[in-house]
Amino acid sequence: MDPTDTTDPTYYHRVVDCQWACPAHTNVPEYIRLIAQGRYDDAYLLNRESNVFPAILGRTCDRPCEPACRRARVDGEAVAICRLKRVAADLSGDVSDRLPKPPEEKNGKRVACVGAGPASLTVANDLLPLGYSVTIFEQHETAGGLMRTNIPAFRLPASVLDEETQAIIDMGADVRYGTRVTSLRALLGDGYDAIFVGSGAPRGKELDLPGRWEETGDTHIHIGIDWLESIAFGHVSSVGERVLIIGVGNTAMDCCRSSRRLGGKDIKVMARRPRAFFKASPWELEDAEEEGVEILVNHSPKRFVLEDGRLVGMELDVLEWDERAVHSQVVGTVVIPCDDVILAIGQENAFPWIERDLGLAFGEWDLPVVDETTMESTLPGVFFGGDSAWGPKNIIWAVAHGHEAAISIHNHCQGVAVTERPPVGMNLYSQRMGIGQWSYANDFNPAGRQKMDHVELSRRFAALDLEVEVGFSAEQTVREVQRCLNCDIQTAFRAPLCIECDACVDVCPAGCLTITGNGSEEELAAHLPVARTNFEQALFVSDALPQTGRVMVKDENVCVHCGLCAERCPTSAWNMERFELHLPYAKDATVVWSR
Amino acid sequence: MASITKPLIPLVRLERNELGLTVRDYEGAMSTLCAGCGHDSITAAIIRAVFELAIPPHMISKLSGIGCSSKTTAYFVRGAHGFNAVHGRMAAIATGANAANRQLRTIGVSGDGDSLSIGVGHLTHAIRRNVNMLYVIENNGVYGLTKGQFSASADVSSTSKRGEPNLLPPIDPMMLGLSLGATFVARGFSGDKAHLVPLLKAGLEHEGFALVDVISPCIQFGDHEGSTKSYAFTREHETLVDDPLLLGEDQIVAHLPDDATTSVRMHSGEVLRLRSLPAGFDPTDRASAFAYLEERKAAGEIPMGLFYVNEAVPDVHELNETSSEPLVSVPYKRLCPGSSALEEIQQRFV
Repeated sequence: MDPTDTTDPTYYHRVVDCQWACPAHTNVPEYIRLIAQGRYDDAYLLNRESNVFPAILGRTCDRPCEPACRRARVDGEAVAICRLKRVAADLSGDVSDRLPKPPEEKNGKRVACVGAGPASLTVANDLLPLGYSVTIFEQHETAGGLMRTNIPAFRLPASVLDEETQAIIDMGADVRYGTRVTSLRALLGDGYDAIFVGSGAPRGKELDLPGRWEETGDTHIHIGIDWLESIAFGHVSSVGERVLIIGVGNTAMDCCRSSRRLGGKDIKVMARRPRAFFKASPWELEDAEEEGVEILVNHSPKRFVLEDGRLVGMELDVLEWDERAVHSQVVGTVVIPCDDVILAIGQENAFPWIERDLGLAFGEWDLPVVDETTMESTLPGVFFGGDSAWGPKNIIWAVAHGHEAAISIHNHCQGVAVTERPPVGMNLYSQRMGIGQWSYANDFNPAGRQKMDHVELSRRFAALDLEVEVGFSAEQTVREVQRCLNCDIQTAFRAPLCIECDACVDVCPAGCLTITGNGSEEELAAHLPVARTNFEQALFVSDALPQTGRVMVKDENVCVHCGLCAERCPTSAWNMERFELHLPYAKDATVVWSR
Repeated sequence: MASITKPLIPLVRLERNELGLTVRDYEGAMSTLCAGCGHDSITAAIIRAVFELAIPPHMISKLSGIGCSSKTTAYFVRGAHGFNAVHGRMAAIATGANAANRQLRTIGVSGDGDSLSIGVGHLTHAIRRNVNMLYVIENNGVYGLTKGQFSASADVSSTSKRGEPNLLPPIDPMMLGLSLGATFVARGFSGDKAHLVPLLKAGLEHEGFALVDVISPCIQFGDHEGSTKSYAFTREHETLVDDPLLLGEDQIVAHLPDDATTSVRMHSGEVLRLRSLPAGFDPTDRASAFAYLEERKAAGEIPMGLFYVNEAVPDVHELNETSSEPLVSVPYKRLCPGSSALEEIQQRFV
């Protein structure tokens, strides 16, 4: 194999599984270390740099980082990354004086954002400090978008949401509340230098089955996201005792748990497929079941059952699936009586306000055609991000889109091609403090994952906005931070220094090193002390070693970054070096300053 | 010294031997030797050898004397019996331990100082007695624990770290072993485990005294340009005489002998196969081993491999008619029959 090019930031970035998996590439291990040191303000600000909403995401993130976490491959349970993020937010003090400030003099460029959700707010966050005038059009009287309307307050308190959205708005965004954008043509006519569409995926999918439109009185069939929005704005405050939720995604979980708080007693979630194929995050399923919600698998809705124009139940087919849950057959039919049905089977984008003759192309599923790197539509100067770009994802994706769009908008307004992306860089800092001394805690702590405490069930439903998760205690935090394996502290190898004494190979607790003659990937892997099991993880191959011409090979998969290889290395051919990814933001983009 | 103990990683899928043990089950305490010490690699090779032979840890006795090398018995097979003897006396203690319990595998680890200076008198007699043990000399040519003075195995013209040349001729443990009638004489290199591990395995399976000299660079005082026992010098000058492979009984048939192969049947029934031997060299012929070693030495090479093996010489147990039952399991009454029994014996000589 060719020697691994570790000067490409991508190589070390991939070793940091959590940071690689995070759409916004938050520097997780570093903020966990800052928490461990009690530097909560610094941990919060480090988070904020990439994900903008640490307190919100610390409660609601979809956590793509956790399934990726190396710790899960080492002892079966990922580090509780998301909840540690919340610790940083909960315990940080007032950081307002450390947030970016807008310059006194504006740069004369005007940007319009449609919707005040996470994507638009990220764009504003990145552009306001550069002197842009940012106007945000928001249909509601409050900011936050789906974070406010679709995430119940018992998961995300309004005060938390207000604090983090307001921090951005206070940088000088001009938010036009209660203003729905009805025409892109009109908006284009207002002469903005760039337009960012962050209007989300605001339309819940309909379930057009017999009986759907036959209710004669008040409707008891609700679209999940609209229903949640009505709860958020206080328009709905009760539900029937028997509630059926159709669908088993995260919105379904929010609907069933909200029902529990509005008077629902017998709440059933109906899933078409077996549990292994549920869309909801495992922890959200767990939380719902803890509250007494019943989840029924293999039930497919057939019709709404009505009596005298009033919903009384739902008829469902009982399915039997093949192993991969691709093909099913109906094995029976049941009627489940209920008072309300909530449809949580997905969301769609809706752009009735975008005229189709503006040169802005729409593709499959009536979604705008958006460039994956630049976030630009086919109409120069109009950018998309968040759910409005490619359909429903989650908050952290919206943030990632916002950052990229802000770079494009900055380029666009400065006369630089949007395709010209600022480079990704890295720094490596030696962690060696002396013989056998490192500036990070290198010992492997066998502690298990800490469980988040919840408000007792007996008190939990007292108020709709009573937050269920209480956050980690100081003791839990101390234990959990030690579970992080510090994957960003890289094992950096310098072949010319190696004397092939084998000390690193002998001492490695994970059996991930070997020295052998160079060969194909399979040949090198065959020589590893522990068989390679994860082919997603790279095989590091060094340059030829000076004494024998063999190569050092490392399987990155289960390295626990304990630093023993570097400690036992007599020549410092191995060293532990902290990898710091330099992900560019709008502030790092090329500036052509013409006045 | 390492800052942490080598951790056990729960989900790392380590290979298991016939006993269901992993290589980690044969480890010992963390080494406190210098980073990069050849001795640590030899420790790892011993761990690998006993793991592959699937020897139960409690059926091993490990003994050592004094010196860097002698610390290493603490670093392998924590479940084994151990004895740390006074300087140079490991061979004597091992003789006693081996005579008292022939069921234990005896592993002695010593250094060039412990074995070739202060302890050379004991080593020679253990060889003559053909004690059934693996005797490893971790040979670095310097007294590392006392700041790197030359040891008895330092080559003439090899220099100290500060540049003074050594003037005294070395004791070559291979020549010493051959001249005293050792029944298994081999040399390996700490930096080449692919070669060393099979040698150690063969030494463990040998019934009799297996003398294995292992070149083990001293990272602190012997790994410099003037040293003839540095990693680089050893690699540049080593000549591998063989490619040893220990085969189980069941594997013998599958491997038909070819011209370049010599097979030696071990007492245990396994067959040691040696390939790529130089022409005219026969590891079962002592004279040929002497001649070969002399010739290579004159050519400035460091030959590595199994130079001599003889499975036919009676070992310490056969020569001394030792108890087949370990003394520890002989009932006390029989082991120490009392003063009346002594009286009876003495009466024979009256």
